[in-house]
Amino acid sequence: MRVTRDIDLAEECVQDAYARALASWAAKGVPDRPGAWLTTAARNRALDVLRREALFRRAAPELVVDDVEPATVDVSDIPDDRLRLICTCCHPALGSDAQVALTLRLLCGLSTVEVARAFLVSEPTMAARITRAKKKIAAAHIPYRVPSTQDLPERVDAILAVLYLIFTTGHTAPTGDSLVRHELVARAIDLARMLHALLPGDGDVSGLLALIRLTDARRATRVDAAGELLLLQDQDRTLWDGPAIAEGSELVRVALRARPPRRYALQAAIAAVHAQAPSWAATDWGEILGLYEVLLATWPSPVVALNRAVAVGFAHGPADGLAALDELALEPLLSTYGYLPAARGEFLRRLGRDEPARLAFAEALLLTENAVERRFLSRRLAELGG
Amino acid sequence: MSQFLILIYDEEAAYANASEEVMGKVMAGHDAFGECNEKAVAGGNALQSVTTATTVRPDGSGGFTVTDGPFVETKEALGGYYLVEAADLDEAIALAKQVPVLNGGLEVRPIMVLR
Repeated sequence: MRVTRDIDLAEECVQDAYARALASWAAKGVPDRPGAWLTTAARNRALDVLRREALFRRAAPELVVDDVEPATVDVSDIPDDRLRLICTCCHPALGSDAQVALTLRLLCGLSTVEVARAFLVSEPTMAARITRAKKKIAAAHIPYRVPSTQDLPERVDAILAVLYLIFTTGHTAPTGDSLVRHELVARAIDLARMLHALLPGDGDVSGLLALIRLTDARRATRVDAAGELLLLQDQDRTLWDGPAIAEGSELVRVALRARPPRRYALQAAIAAVHAQAPSWAATDWGEILGLYEVLLATWPSPVVALNRAVAVGFAHGPADGLAALDELALEPLLSTYGYLPAARGEFLRRLGRDEPARLAFAEALLLTENAVERRFLSRRLAELGG
Repeated sequence: MSQFLILIYDEEAAYANASEEVMGKVMAGHDAFGECNEKAVAGGNALQSVTTATTVRPDGSGGFTVTDGPFVETKEALGGYYLVEAADLDEAIALAKQVPVLNGGLEVRPIMVLR
């Protein structure tokens, strides 16, 4: 960004770099560090454009408002440029929708159409959202720079929230026909890897990358051949991605060194316990429950409380799990969250209480918009004679 | 450098009911803000209560209606502002964080440069 100082030009150059990458990589093969290659290509392209503009300016100086001088541009530090760009895209002065859209557009090089499709909004809506965000960056003077050491942790939190949102939107699409949108998951992994390379000592970043890798390691088994949802207990663990689990587990080890342990590291640790368990029956539920309790103390969110209650059910039996879930019945933030009645339905079913289980699954069905999850709930209802 | 307006929105009741000690702290906070940021602060004022506000609106037929009260009724009312110079939004936000408030908050708005 230092190179161009202009977000539209930067965007054009990133797009251009991706187009060139496809052509060049098809001819010569993928380079060792594709990310660095892309930044270099985008930067070279920016310099080309700026040099051309400088020539043009010398020819027509009266037309020029902004006097960028390409000769003085510092181009020594490639990773820094990408850190600057992601700090700008995820600036807290931008709305969360805009942060996500700009990050996918400018850092991942997705087209407006692709970003629109990923979030199931129309192209004009997404184009307007991106334009509005770029206008705010310009008008409000949102800087293109890495924030001060003092502000950096808060800003990294904002970036991680964006990456996590991209990942979760891809991992379990909130609406639509398929459970997973692989392109968003892949982009989230790319971005988390990039951030980890830029800030290798940051425990939160390691934690998020670990969480994404470990969760996505189960990708192949989350639905069956017909595209139907498979619960963790029914998945063929031999199909899980071993290298991803190994990488994620190593990252968790590093991330958990932070004291007190942080949110993403703890979530990743829970994912690691699942990933390393040889079978559902052999899962260390005591360990998982303990981790959820630490997580709940670190990050008191109703969704974490729900997950903890589910863990209680698997550690101590469905009756205890149901009691723990019922403590959350009045939590307003969970009142439209389909996983709460779905979990109740599951424990009620295991307790042989078919009628209340049926009601719970019916309620969950009302609150779920993902087609694959809806079919799963409908099957549960049918099994219960509902 | 760019100019930003930092708008102070706060509950008037909190100021009306504040003890002398609390008000002393708020005033000292404003003094400290001005002293620490002498170069950045280009202006600023506290406003009288919204109960003193008068709203003027064109009536659509060439005249005006003049009514008692603020333009918009809100729990937290605009009570003052600073005009500051900052390199970018991050600097302006850092300045805003130093402005004392009781129960409200600050709004940071870039000043439009008309060419």
